[in-house]
Amino acid sequence: MSSELKWNSTEMMTIAASRILQNEMICFVGIGIPSTAAILAKSMHAPELFLVYESGTVNTNPQKLPLSIGDGELANRALSVVGMPEIFNYWLQPGRIDMGFLGAAQIDKFANINTTIIGSDYKNPKVRLPGAGGAPEISGACKEVVVILKHSPRAFVEKIDFITSLGFGSGPGSRKAAGLIGGGPSAVITDLGVLKPDPESCELTLVQIHPGVTVEEVKENTSWDLKVASSVTVTGEPTQVELEKVRLLVASSRN
Amino acid sequence: MSLAEAISLHVQDGDTVALEGFTHLIPFAAGQEIIRQKKKDLTAIRLTPDLIYDQMIGAGCIAKLIFSWGGNPGVGSLHRLRDALSNSWPRALEIEEHTHAGMTNRYVAGASGLPFSVLRGYDGTDLLSNTENIAQIKSPFGDEVLLAVAALNPDVTIIHAQQADRKNNVMSWGILGSSKEAVFAAKKVIITVEEIVDEFKPHHNSVIFPEKLITALAVSPRGAWPSYASGYYERDNEQYIAWDEVSKERESFNQWLEAEVFSKGEK
Repeated sequence: MSSELKWNSTEMMTIAASRILQNEMICFVGIGIPSTAAILAKSMHAPELFLVYESGTVNTNPQKLPLSIGDGELANRALSVVGMPEIFNYWLQPGRIDMGFLGAAQIDKFANINTTIIGSDYKNPKVRLPGAGGAPEISGACKEVVVILKHSPRAFVEKIDFITSLGFGSGPGSRKAAGLIGGGPSAVITDLGVLKPDPESCELTLVQIHPGVTVEEVKENTSWDLKVASSVTVTGEPTQVELEKVRLLVASSRN
Repeated sequence: MSLAEAISLHVQDGDTVALEGFTHLIPFAAGQEIIRQKKKDLTAIRLTPDLIYDQMIGAGCIAKLIFSWGGNPGVGSLHRLRDALSNSWPRALEIEEHTHAGMTNRYVAGASGLPFSVLRGYDGTDLLSNTENIAQIKSPFGDEVLLAVAALNPDVTIIHAQQADRKNNVMSWGILGSSKEAVFAAKKVIITVEEIVDEFKPHHNSVIFPEKLITALAVSPRGAWPSYASGYYERDNEQYIAWDEVSKERESFNQWLEAEVFSKGEK
């Protein structure tokens, strides 16, 4: 990547994610980059974005970036704070959430994601990851899901070691067969570009690259033979305002 | 009752315990008292093991962990949990892992006096073939396949709250996670509070735990630190960040344990 860019790749990924969020959506947010993107979107083009966190904060409007999913900042600035049965059973399960944001340690070409283990033996893994949290049901029930993770051959793999959350399974029809009501992943946003599932095959396809990134670079960082759209667009450069706001938010998480 | 008495009387070796509180109101003082009293062979339930169970695992109190997300939020891994799983240090640790929705509904079943709850969950995941206490069932009212999750009924649930009144009723507010369900699901309930007040003043989203639900009540100021208690103190994020270094090696963890738990009495 060119060293002349005025932003780093994490900032680009965060800003690209924030632009996907639309005003008045109900969005289920996790901690880290999804939170930064959501708070940024609320301060820019989507002031009415309705944020729900699994800790029970409903329509919250944080001004600084929470370090954890249940920070006081989220509770104090929420319309209401409810118990977890209400979040998972009444908000998420019936399909009230428009968009869920998820991270992943590994992802495959059908956007199935793994956050549980690295290694082939569940009982004796090479690396133990945190596990499922809210992700399987978020992936299952939201109208659409956006996955955010950095591009690398170790993360974008032919076969993930454990299906923690189902994307499109083994292709068209898998979600329905598994009993999932939500639409599944609509985009995967990385530090290099944006992948979207092919409408026919459900296979992730490169549709957009960030400024300064080449298609080859994305393919090199993907372990499977990545499909590329016939016309790949380039993400609009981050504006000065977006960059300033992202940097302030990241700095605020440890205050 | 003092916290030491409450733990001594009501937590027995081999018990199934749930120390609940989601990010907020995590009962650290009670967990560290369990360590100090060297309770062992516990089955420990929490959605997010967090630092408190990392400490109890490293101290050798826990034989089995039932959970749904085992990390240090916003920081990284729980090193004591990983060391126990990979190297059985200081003892072997069995795990049973679920999702937040699954764990929450397991408490709901326990609180409701039912053998299981039903949800739409775990669908298409490898948890279905690796996790105990879940089963796919067909809806009796249609063709839909749903997930049954077995009830959780801890021997003891321990939570921290803001206030008790003179009649031992407890009031809590802010993020409660699955605490209310864990309290109703338990055979015994220990609650630590920041302080005792003459009269409760209504708070945004406050919840009352009537004294009839509570087995033992102890005053434990800052009993949730380095987690937080809304209205009293904020989350000490620096401690969560520092834990990554403290817990990384057995030696530094043992030094911490000696200095911060065994050398100190109940806070």
